[in-house]
Amino acid sequence: MKNPFKLLRKALYTQWIEKLLSTQQVYGPVQQGKRVNYRRIASPAELTDDFIIPENSVKSFVFPRIEKLFSFTGNKEGVSIEDKNLEAIPYKVILGVRPCDAYGILNLGAIFGWNPADPIFSKRLERTTFIGSACNKTDDYCFCSSIGGGPGNTQGSDIFLTKMETGDYIAEIITPKGETLIASDLELFEEATGLEKEKYLAVLPRRFDDSHMEEKINVVFDTPIFDEYALRCLGCSACAYVCPVCGCFDIQDETRGGKGQRIRCWDSCGSKLFTLHTSGHNPRNTQGVRWRQRLMHKFSYMPERLGVRGCVGCGRCSRHCPVDMNISEQLSLISEC
Amino acid sequence: MSNNIYLPYLVTIEKITEEAPGVKTFRLKFNNEEEGLNFQFKTGQFAEYSVFGEGESTFCIASPHTRNGYVECTFRQSGRVTTALANLEEGDVIGFRGPYGNTFPIDRWKGKNLVFIAGGIALPPMRSVIWSCLDNRPDHNEITIFYGAKTVSDLVYKHELEEWKNRPDVNLYLTVDPGGQTAEWKGEVGFVPSVVEKAAPDSVNTIAIVCGPPIMIKNTFPVLKKLGFTDDNIFTTLENRMKCGFGKCGRCNVGKTYVCKDGPVFTAAQLAKLPNEY
Amino acid sequence: MGGRKMGNLNEIAAHLLQNDDVQLIIGYGEGSAGRVRPLFVSNKKATEKLLFDSRCTQNLASYLYKKEITCLGKPAIVANIRTLRGIIRLAAEHQLEDETIIALAVSTGDDVKELRRLEDMEQYLSEADLQLKKEDKALLDKLNAMTIADRWAFWQQEMAHCIKCYACRQACPLCYCTQCTVEINQPQWIPVASSKLGNMEWHIMRSMHLAGRCIECGQCGEACPANIPIHLLPIRLAEEIRELYGSVTGISKRESCEMSSFQPDDKEKFIT
Repeated sequence: MKNPFKLLRKALYTQWIEKLLSTQQVYGPVQQGKRVNYRRIASPAELTDDFIIPENSVKSFVFPRIEKLFSFTGNKEGVSIEDKNLEAIPYKVILGVRPCDAYGILNLGAIFGWNPADPIFSKRLERTTFIGSACNKTDDYCFCSSIGGGPGNTQGSDIFLTKMETGDYIAEIITPKGETLIASDLELFEEATGLEKEKYLAVLPRRFDDSHMEEKINVVFDTPIFDEYALRCLGCSACAYVCPVCGCFDIQDETRGGKGQRIRCWDSCGSKLFTLHTSGHNPRNTQGVRWRQRLMHKFSYMPERLGVRGCVGCGRCSRHCPVDMNISEQLSLISEC
Repeated sequence: MSNNIYLPYLVTIEKITEEAPGVKTFRLKFNNEEEGLNFQFKTGQFAEYSVFGEGESTFCIASPHTRNGYVECTFRQSGRVTTALANLEEGDVIGFRGPYGNTFPIDRWKGKNLVFIAGGIALPPMRSVIWSCLDNRPDHNEITIFYGAKTVSDLVYKHELEEWKNRPDVNLYLTVDPGGQTAEWKGEVGFVPSVVEKAAPDSVNTIAIVCGPPIMIKNTFPVLKKLGFTDDNIFTTLENRMKCGFGKCGRCNVGKTYVCKDGPVFTAAQLAKLPNEY
Repeated sequence: MGGRKMGNLNEIAAHLLQNDDVQLIIGYGEGSAGRVRPLFVSNKKATEKLLFDSRCTQNLASYLYKKEITCLGKPAIVANIRTLRGIIRLAAEHQLEDETIIALAVSTGDDVKELRRLEDMEQYLSEADLQLKKEDKALLDKLNAMTIADRWAFWQQEMAHCIKCYACRQACPLCYCTQCTVEINQPQWIPVASSKLGNMEWHIMRSMHLAGRCIECGQCGEACPANIPIHLLPIRLAEEIRELYGSVTGISKRESCEMSSFQPDDKEKFIT
């Protein structure tokens, strides 16, 4: 069997990034004040690897806050439409992608791939290469290992790097897209034996048993468990916007003069406006029902309709929640039912 | 041809009919003739209609699939997009994206009696299926239509109601809510469910199609059950807020069921299994 | 730090529920990862879980009008200074009537005071002091010292992180409007999507609507998932209002809103 691990030496890693910078847009975790975010870099020196998880997820690379769908010009004389030019979407490499984030892209892809497949999402995905980076530390909110992921999970990454104590990297080339990216730099990646990825990974014990989550969450649907948990929920959209898998959106027109564009922008099931009818009727009329929708969508509807879960255990929703709505705690409660 | 699923067809408003206070019907013709010829839909489906600069709004296609070359929609002016639509004139161009959703299974209704029950502004989805059936009249047995609105002036498609009234092969019951009648009103006075109960259509070999405000649907189902209709033979449509129309924007689902993909047409049996989120 | 329980608070809460003086206690409980979280207690047994310590800074007054909470009955609310000021301001804006809630005023000590009337709360507040956090004071001083251009650049950079989740609005006790300006779409005053311009418009609008109303609790900034110091905008405006009109908000049920009240002797000549 072919050894999946290659060795990428520290100095060559920097050299490789510099080469990437000469051909395409490169992004990675950058520290700015208190924040660590995936940002565009001009030099490998800007990157940091001293963090648990960046504030923003990588979903914005394939599902940006605002996506122009097409533009239009309209007045009394007529209307004309200009289609979106998908070829203008740039090639990007994202470095230091947390395993949960990369996994999230796969699951988000299931939403946008549901017939009819979304060509804009597909094109962005096709042109973005995700370089996963193993986690060597976690915090109280991380729970990827409880729902099928883990600090060394390579799903969703095109190339996966695990940093060793020497500062060198164990490299795994996961997808054809990953192979293409390094095709002209193969000499940087040494064939190596005896590399032990596991010992560099953070240890994250499971917080709950997820084996029957889909059945259990359906069973508790009509119980007060969601209403009780959501009493403190403020109904803001923070959880959805920081989530790497939340894909719900709004469609809006933005115009200036006679010109404008139809855009798709993030939206959230936690907001009371999300389902409000013009008549005033609201099918999801309380915060408890809206919180239930969030959980059900991720752990029942998506698994049943799309074959994937809508959660990867990154813990961002809970980390950023102003009132400590903790999804893994709610899932633990459900798993104990 | 673009594969952009968000791109609407450009259509021109060919004719505007004032149906009732605040309610209009647009007849829409495809600007690109070829697109118009290739456009196909089945009764029950819906679409996204847009005023550029204001946004999109979701309504059913109100014309029958048996008539080609145009589509019609009927809407009540209420929100931002419908207000912008209502301000348009004949000859103006709007966007049309669709068709989406499932259809009324009228092919399976051959040889059956059909009872249509509609209230208020919910006649449009029903009108599409009524004409689709009337255009193939020999396919079906007896056709009965119950339609009610708050007041006489709120009744939509007044010309067509007249036409159906005069057809010997259609039984039409029109009703208005108590207090909504005029001096000249010759129809029934009373709520739709009670008019249906009084007329008591035969449920044998019969399909019932019910569209209306939630309260009307809620009160009509028990009447139909009393008359012997089974849940599988009662059809209705659901309306939930939508943006995309194809299962991505995340707001129209009722439990695991997506109104845009699995609906909008449901049987009472399917409805009974859904959580109360519609 | 640490979940130091206070016999006093738990006892009073249990007593209030037992006597049916209230049906609900809104307070703080232990949360995850060393945080505290809002806790809603309807039975005597669960009052054990109530706590108060230095972590309990959230302004809980925003729960007083949420329909999911109001349907649970008359509440007693564990109130720090911020929450009390929120209550008083809500009363001043006629959003809350006297004797419809009980405030369990807690400062830093073990001393819980049961305040049943707005007057009692006013009295309590008159002896208390709400200080701006040190780092807020430092940043505000820094911003005040900047040129307008630098300040504008600072905020533009910060607003680029805004995701328009409206956590600031949802957490604010004074953002009780049933329909917020951003939810009005005829016309669409503020774009729905999170863009540079729209984000800035939203925060300017929010701050202006809070001018003369903001009780300076800083809750909006604490709620912000993007760590933008947005609370400094309304707080800075509150300073401005203080300087212009000499008025402070959140201390008297009879106080007005300077930005929406007119007095014949207003010094602005353009009015008359």
